[in-house]
Amino acid sequence: MNLYEYQAKELFRKYGIPIPSGKHVDSDSDLVWDRYPVVVKAQVLTGGRGKAGGIKFASDGKELQEKGKEILAMSIKGLKVRSLLLEEKLDISKEYYLSVTLDRSSKRPIIIASTSGGVEIEDVPDSKIVKYWIDPTLGYSSFVGREVSFKLGLSPEESKQVQDILAKTFVLYEGYDCELVEINPLVVLKDGRILAGDAKIVIDSDSLFRHRDLTENPAERTELEELAYKRGYALVELGGDIGVIANGAGLTMATLDGLTLKGLKPKNFLDLGGSDDVEKVVGAFQILKEAIIRGILINIFGGVTHCDTVANGIAEAKKRVGIDVPIVVRLSGVNEDLGRKILKENGIDAYSDMMDAIREVVEVVK
Amino acid sequence: MSILVNEDTRILVQGITGHQGSFNSIQMQKFGSNVVAGTSPGKGGTEVSGIKVFNTVREAMQERPNATFISVAAPYVLDAAKEAMYSGIDLIYILTEKVPYQDTMKIVSLANKLGKKVVGPNGPGVTSPFSCKLGIMPNQIFKKGNVGVISRSGTLTYEIVNQITTNGLGESTVVGLGGDPVTGMNYIDALDEFKKDEQTLAVAMVGEIGGTAEEEAAEYIKSRFNKPVVSYITGRSAPPGKRMGHAGAIISRGKGTAESKVKALEEAGVRVASYPYEIPELLKEVLK
Repeated sequence: MNLYEYQAKELFRKYGIPIPSGKHVDSDSDLVWDRYPVVVKAQVLTGGRGKAGGIKFASDGKELQEKGKEILAMSIKGLKVRSLLLEEKLDISKEYYLSVTLDRSSKRPIIIASTSGGVEIEDVPDSKIVKYWIDPTLGYSSFVGREVSFKLGLSPEESKQVQDILAKTFVLYEGYDCELVEINPLVVLKDGRILAGDAKIVIDSDSLFRHRDLTENPAERTELEELAYKRGYALVELGGDIGVIANGAGLTMATLDGLTLKGLKPKNFLDLGGSDDVEKVVGAFQILKEAIIRGILINIFGGVTHCDTVANGIAEAKKRVGIDVPIVVRLSGVNEDLGRKILKENGIDAYSDMMDAIREVVEVVK
Repeated sequence: MSILVNEDTRILVQGITGHQGSFNSIQMQKFGSNVVAGTSPGKGGTEVSGIKVFNTVREAMQERPNATFISVAAPYVLDAAKEAMYSGIDLIYILTEKVPYQDTMKIVSLANKLGKKVVGPNGPGVTSPFSCKLGIMPNQIFKKGNVGVISRSGTLTYEIVNQITTNGLGESTVVGLGGDPVTGMNYIDALDEFKKDEQTLAVAMVGEIGGTAEEEAAEYIKSRFNKPVVSYITGRSAPPGKRMGHAGAIISRGKGTAESKVKALEEAGVRVASYPYEIPELLKEVLK
């Protein structure tokens, strides 16, 4: 789960990581500030908001009103700007980079630091990047901060502050089960103080049970995804016009790939998961009924999910949901014969081979 | 022989009285696995399908388990894995999905230090037909044979194992690594086991988008593996930045695309299928 900058900075404040003085604003009437100039920053969950006009400066109250309203009315990369962060304008002398994230290859947290900040870290040459891997059982210790600071070649005054920020960032990374804590830029002011100019935090969604203070940001989901999420389905909207229901993430992806290789465009990823419940199947159809599609492909390899359960679900959905596009079914695995019989009684011939079913979809939507 | 599990594997089920725990204990018994004990705090002294239930793993050790099947809820997985490791169990399989990855990282890091093996979380486990199944794969899709299978998926693994079986081939051991961004065993660990296994003559490697484990496996296959490998990679049509069901199946910052994996594997001499059903044909060719 991605946090907005203002949410990330609230966590920074909680953990003692220095940030500019600021204020979160979500309506025109709150567009007031006491010490100008002020920076007005759009709160959206996408990069490149500066280039898109989502960051502006205001030198007095009137300008703040104008620019604030203007940005609040914007959409950036298709995402509506719902709120703003007002912040003191900083006297910047240098921009550094600091992050803690998961390195999947080594299965360890990695600290990434650079004195070339303010740009995407992917664009910084390796020679200017310091990386440090943390052993999850040994954890973080002060020497790591010293080592990173020495490698960055910081002055003693800067080194002291960066070590402090890094230690706190790591505690936050662990404390909130983050996938990423990124400070870019880490700003060095003309008076020598160092603070977090921007803040990006991604939280492991699977850890939310122990972070009750956080709620999911619905802005990350499309309407169809939000509907599915509320009803407990794993759905990703892809934009095509063939509805897909399958079981298991891998098989669902393989189904999408098969359709795509045959020149069709899937509307969605929808994984029934490891359930064996007629209503779960009916519910999947109820979600797809809200989507504009030309056909539905159901691809089931029965294991935990039994084929007869799915067949009963499809039969129920035909009666109760009222789907008016062609439905193609593939059933294989546990209770396959029983499932096929149930479907036959309901006027559906199920395939046992996934490729035959995909070819049939190509035919029926012609 | 097979890898990881065989007729000497004695299984403990942590969380045996839960729905998944009891259902799968019975399924494992039906497959022929030796399920020797279960735990469920507060329910010690009871039985599930003739399997003795204990309050703690320490107590359950009197039945001499050497592998565990963990199916407790996600918040308790780290604790359950530690309990198993403290008690001296060497092979830890975690079924549970949605385990926070920082917990998994701690489990894996501890296991590496203690010389334990971890399979999962969020995967279907390990099956060696028909000596032992430690996990949840459907019993009826297997046939004993010479193909080792490694996969990050569940259902897609069954699909491909079924294809292998119905096309007249068979499996030595099938390993489901799990769909999370951090898992215990990865492809290289499993390949390393298959390398030493005389029963295994070829390996089918099922991969998916996210991370770089397939690319790293390709490097290993190129320089250090001794048997033919065929592969299928899913998620070619997945958009970047979207989590495709599995927490680990996400293309982020340009990394983890299917193209990159296919390319790396092909450069390592691996035949990569376009569709799952091509896997048996490719296996027959490399086994000639």
